[in-house]
Amino acid sequence: MFLNRRKLLASTAAGAVAGAAGPFVIRDLHAQDVVKVAGIHDTSGGLDIYGKQMVATMDLAVNEINAAGGVLGRKIQLINYDPQSNIQFYTQYATEAATKEKVAVVHGGITSASREAIRPLLKRFNTLYFYNTLYEGGVCDRNIFCTGSTPAQTVEKLVPYVQKKWGKKIYTIAADYNYGHITAKWVKKYAQDNGGEVVQTDFFPLDVTDFGPTIKKIQAAKPDLVMSALVGAAHISFYRQWAAAGMNKQIPLASTTFGNEVVITSPEEHNGFVVAFGYLEGIDTPANKKFVEIVHGKYGIPHMTELATMTYHGVHLWADAVKKANSLDRMKVIEALEGGAAYDGPAGKTTIDPKTHHTVLDVYIGEAKDKKFVVVEKFLQQTPADTAAVCDLKKNPNENKQYVIDVKT
Amino acid sequence: MDYAIILLLQIGSAIASLVLLSIGLAVIFGMMRVINLAHGEFLMLGGYAAITAYNKGVNLWIAMLVVAPLTVGLFGALVERLVIRHLYGRLIDTMLATWGLSLAMIGFVTVVFGNTVSGISAPLGSLSIGGYRTGRYEIFLIGVAALLLVAGWLVLRYTRLGLIARGTMQNSAMAAALGTNPSAVYAVTFAVGAALTGLAGGLLAPLSGVVPTIGAAYIAKAFITVISGGAAILSGTAIASALLGAINTITTFAFTSVLGEVALLVAAVVLLRLLPQGITGRFFRRAL
Repeated sequence: MFLNRRKLLASTAAGAVAGAAGPFVIRDLHAQDVVKVAGIHDTSGGLDIYGKQMVATMDLAVNEINAAGGVLGRKIQLINYDPQSNIQFYTQYATEAATKEKVAVVHGGITSASREAIRPLLKRFNTLYFYNTLYEGGVCDRNIFCTGSTPAQTVEKLVPYVQKKWGKKIYTIAADYNYGHITAKWVKKYAQDNGGEVVQTDFFPLDVTDFGPTIKKIQAAKPDLVMSALVGAAHISFYRQWAAAGMNKQIPLASTTFGNEVVITSPEEHNGFVVAFGYLEGIDTPANKKFVEIVHGKYGIPHMTELATMTYHGVHLWADAVKKANSLDRMKVIEALEGGAAYDGPAGKTTIDPKTHHTVLDVYIGEAKDKKFVVVEKFLQQTPADTAAVCDLKKNPNENKQYVIDVKT
Repeated sequence: MDYAIILLLQIGSAIASLVLLSIGLAVIFGMMRVINLAHGEFLMLGGYAAITAYNKGVNLWIAMLVVAPLTVGLFGALVERLVIRHLYGRLIDTMLATWGLSLAMIGFVTVVFGNTVSGISAPLGSLSIGGYRTGRYEIFLIGVAALLLVAGWLVLRYTRLGLIARGTMQNSAMAAALGTNPSAVYAVTFAVGAALTGLAGGLLAPLSGVVPTIGAAYIAKAFITVISGGAAILSGTAIASALLGAINTITTFAFTSVLGEVALLVAAVVLLRLLPQGITGRFFRRAL
């Protein structure tokens, strides 16, 4: 074999590169067999009641897709990360998922803070991101798909429903951070649009446990109903103290956040509360009954929320889009999702809105009864009007921010 | 009129809750000069003891009034024997040790019960006053707080046990020379402080529920109350609770609960600027 200097240099350089990249080459060969998908959900720490069920439904969705042959002829391998309700771990695990594991898609994030920690990072690493939690709306970024409901979808239906049922005067109590503030503004807007009023709005930091004075203030204001956007473990004491004062028999209560609390509080405390979500366990369809049965039985989750069900929808939406695009290429999958991707599942039909990357979904109004929610009314195919008011990714595909939606009241 | 009564009741209930939160700390810190940073976790443990006992079928009142203080009291005695007694007089070291203890307790309880909220419904139902309703249980707590203060005062003032405790705290060498055993007195005092804290934790559980991390929500208020109160543990705690509870409630009624908390903290800062030794450092100096 004849070697001149140029060939020798070229071949040794290539050899050196191959040598240095050795372990990665081998891993990539192995990775050909599976499609890696990451889930980042808090299964320990304060958010674990949500994280655990989201991991369960994600696992269920992946198993179903694999049982049906996977995507592109390959099985999906689910990699679960537990950020322990700590934002710092979110960025660490998102980086690991995007760079070391080179996953095709990341599903995850529960709080808005965790989403905003990893959203820019995943965009930078060109890794597709699904955020499946209901939140305050306004995220505008072509790399993310937000499958959960936003206030315009749920509050718009909830407020007129309860005003018709109970009366026009609303007293709002909400958690003191952006979700609570934005939701309170939507409540006020829809109350006024429907000829009612919000007599007062009180905000509570997330660690407040003593609601005694507030309960007396509510009585002094004599509203027709109380609207709660309280969040988290400490705020559950409001519902206990509300019932202990006998107020649950006096003034009815509606909530945009009372979900898993139905498991923790007692029927005497929560019976009659009215809520609106993109999913309720009591949805009376065969698809949902089967879904609930599996999640209760196989995964031991006592009560399902919108977060977990939308995670399930999100994984299926992604897998369908990959099949449609016939590729794992990020842009091709995004375009497939933007082309009217829809999934019909336990929560009804969820369609991706191409302009906002949020979803058009069914909204359910439910009434708490003996540790469950009974669906009392449903509104099909509600559009994410709040985000749509500020975000148009068709027109501005390079946008990358979360708008704070200005609610005019 | 009914609004005035309800406002007064609410102030009473805020004061009672401060008294309950801080009385155990007042005993441990005020008498023994041990800064127990695990105080919030002692409250949390009391809450869990009551709720667990109740869920196991124990009568709610026994769970709250007997099981919770006994459990935490015994735990306190154990902690005193194993940790605290080696550290008397070493303020920084006790802070570190009890802080470590608080972290360990949070971790342990999380492992056993999970990091989720547990709770029980408040008993006794509700009561209407004019056009308003309030929980009977809140009024019951006001009674318990008052009873604890009076009982504490009677024990310290009129019993031999109280005399020995006070003597040992003032001058342990002299008390030892007169035939008491300071080590035993310290152990009992610490256990009593812990038991009072456990009682408070059990009593507050139906109102606020418990999570392993709930101590953090309590500990700041407890310390502020005890330090504002000053040297006299019972009257100091009572006066500081009354002052801070009233300010907190009135501001909350007039404005919002956030401003109520702010007003409480501002009041405590101003108070300590004017009276660095606490209220009873200047007034009622001979009180208990």
